[in-house]
Amino acid sequence: MRALPFVAGMMLASAAAAETPVLTVYAPDYFASDWGPGPGIEAAFEAQCGCDLQYKTGELLPRLLLEGANTEADVAIGFNSDITKKARESGLFAAHGLDTSGLTLPIDWADDTFVPFNYSHTAFIYDNTKVETALTSFDDLLNAPDDLRLVIQDPRSSISGLALVLWVQNVYGDKAEEAWSKLAPKIVTVTKGWSESYGMFTDGEADMVLSYTTSPAYHIIAEEDLTKSAAIFDEGHYFMVELAAKLKGTDQSDLADQFMGFVLSREFQSMIPTSNWSFPAALAENEWPEGFQALPMPEKVLFYSEDEAAALRSEAIEAWRRALSQ
Amino acid sequence: MASRVVTIITALIVAGMVLVPVAAVLWRGGGLSGLGPGDWAALRFTIWQAALSALLSVGLAIPVARALARRSFAGRSALIALMGAPFILPVIVAILGLLAVFGGKGLINQLLAPLGLPRLDIYGYHGVILAHVFFNLPLAVRLLLQGWLAIPAERFRLAASLNAPLWRVLELPMLRQLLPGAFAVIFVICLGSFAVALTLGGGPRATTLELAIYQAFRFDFDLGKAATLAGVQLCLGLVAGGVALRFAARDGMGAGLDRQVARWDGAATVSRVMDGVWIAFAASFLLVPLMAVALAGAPGLTDMPGVVWSAAGRSVLLALGATALTLMMALPLLTRAGEAAALLGISVSGLVLGTGAFLLLQPIVRPADVALPVTMLVNALMALPFVLRVLRPSLDSARQDFGRLGAALGLRGWPLWRVVYLPRMRRPLGFAAGLTAALSMGDLGVIMLFADGDSSTLPLQIYRLMGSYQMEAARGAALLLLSLSLGLFWVFDKGGRASADA
Repeated sequence: MRALPFVAGMMLASAAAAETPVLTVYAPDYFASDWGPGPGIEAAFEAQCGCDLQYKTGELLPRLLLEGANTEADVAIGFNSDITKKARESGLFAAHGLDTSGLTLPIDWADDTFVPFNYSHTAFIYDNTKVETALTSFDDLLNAPDDLRLVIQDPRSSISGLALVLWVQNVYGDKAEEAWSKLAPKIVTVTKGWSESYGMFTDGEADMVLSYTTSPAYHIIAEEDLTKSAAIFDEGHYFMVELAAKLKGTDQSDLADQFMGFVLSREFQSMIPTSNWSFPAALAENEWPEGFQALPMPEKVLFYSEDEAAALRSEAIEAWRRALSQ
Repeated sequence: MASRVVTIITALIVAGMVLVPVAAVLWRGGGLSGLGPGDWAALRFTIWQAALSALLSVGLAIPVARALARRSFAGRSALIALMGAPFILPVIVAILGLLAVFGGKGLINQLLAPLGLPRLDIYGYHGVILAHVFFNLPLAVRLLLQGWLAIPAERFRLAASLNAPLWRVLELPMLRQLLPGAFAVIFVICLGSFAVALTLGGGPRATTLELAIYQAFRFDFDLGKAATLAGVQLCLGLVAGGVALRFAARDGMGAGLDRQVARWDGAATVSRVMDGVWIAFAASFLLVPLMAVALAGAPGLTDMPGVVWSAAGRSVLLALGATALTLMMALPLLTRAGEAAALLGISVSGLVLGTGAFLLLQPIVRPADVALPVTMLVNALMALPFVLRVLRPSLDSARQDFGRLGAALGLRGWPLWRVVYLPRMRRPLGFAAGLTAALSMGDLGVIMLFADGDSSTLPLQIYRLMGSYQMEAARGAALLLLSLSLGLFWVFDKGGRASADA
């Protein structure tokens, strides 16, 4: 029983340093971890705001919806565009009022609430030393021999899995279920999240894994490992963007505005590639790290607006479920 | 009478801690919602896989526990300690460990291929069952082993001198007493499976209720549905618990002088060989994947960042706190009704429990401030059914065998416990404490909703590392987690055994 007061003491100590204004930023767990972009961004912002930036991590949207108007959050960062509809409908978020003309996204972005801070595309990653001819289209993948071992994420529990079914939906439309049936024998398994899949791939349990066009950059830059490539498909790749928004009920409105502006700043954006391992949303390509500039980019970018994504989601997941349950 | 009141109050508190949060989620979600066709399919699969997994785990545990009970060999106690390990690994690490052995490029396939034998494909329903047996066989073995070790030596001696069949007169009655409870606990654990079932099951055919709850919570934010599904899980758990506890026979073994004596049955070559085979089977099935985890983790151990170590410290504290809490709750609950109330704790979806607790606490305190106490409490709740399962048989027999003596000596209340019951229960108490501590190290529990940047636990750090491409460091951290859990388990378990043997 002695542990309890001790733990309570530890927590009191951590809450004690409060005099300077606190900006509370809700973020996904990966973002604020020591290996994500969070700590660098915190240090850079604190250097200019005279404030204390504190992250609160966890399931971003469920937590905000649970808390409703009582939320402590001033800013929330890390939304995915495929679920922003629900976030927008909550009415919890304020217009950002920023000039977004500096965005360098491959698609047009006009949203008065959610500001993009990084993007990537869904892609299948493979070991280029083990594959002789690279796949160049989704059709190639569907027609590949069935002993190609593919691992993907579940669209019902993972945002990248959801992006994949929307990708297939976009490429194959009414024929999506048929495409899934062709893909099914190659799919070794489906995992709850991205980490399980990627771990299986790096362990050699799968030849290809659903991940992002930017995944090879990690191996190239952090590990000097050039063997991982993203297969670039002619049909195009599904666009995934992460977003930040200011809370309407914030009691630090000015600081929140300042942070939202900071998101689009060069300082913030240049930290994104090698900490978030994705493309910055507002930084010219020639300012990207070399490893990123060298990445093969999809010629065509596929994307559903949040309304389209919301309307198509159930149907796309059902097509996936039916085909893979055979 | 007073002890009865304490029991009722504790049972109500435990049940309340589970039911009130679920009710809160249900209330917030606007009431019950209907189940779709996909949910019914998930329900059928959930029940089916949990029943089969529990049946196999318990069935295989019988010969293994029997062999361990009557053989002594070098490394026996180490083997028994290591057997607790699969249970506490973070799911993601355990999956990768299993795949290193049973996967497409795993050890078994590497051995089969040169022999020209067909490849083993682990993904499918059989994979789900295999993984669940991997997790739960050790638990079942330990529960049954307790039963074997609790048979008084005098009974064996008497049976041997009468040349009576040990199996029928001693072991079968003991098993009839223990098997239903062990089955129920494992069945309920498997009801909550999600990532393991999905990954080893090879796709959406292996969809469980827990996945549907996660989806309802995370993507649809349909709290009514999440709570409804959690309610279904709870009912399944309660039914299983109720049935099992009803069927469990309650005949005591009779009093002995309460000491351990070596057995002299099973000396025939056949039974020696068979025992050896069973022990070798269990050891290799459980330990080879663990070796894979350890080997994968060793290189990462050296370059682990400091936050991993501080998270490890926090996790150890959490585990110790949860252990103390669990034992405090367990002692008054060592009755049939108490055990039923405690089964609620593992029947309920951790996600829904966490969400409910969040809803209830959020108006009163900052959730991040209570992240660790809440996690500790939830871990304690989750461990409670195991602890009761471990402790109850030994308390029952101590009551039956020594209760009259205690009464004759005028012992009552706490002195009766202190002088008579607790010393009889040292071995299971040590085991139970070790199990709780180890479980609480490994459990990610509800911290996801409550956590802030500063109060992360070791399992959470492992997920963070994995989510940031740091696979090697994550494997290192997993090895650290494994070692700490085993260490805690060993210390408590050893403590219990040392005193019992004295």
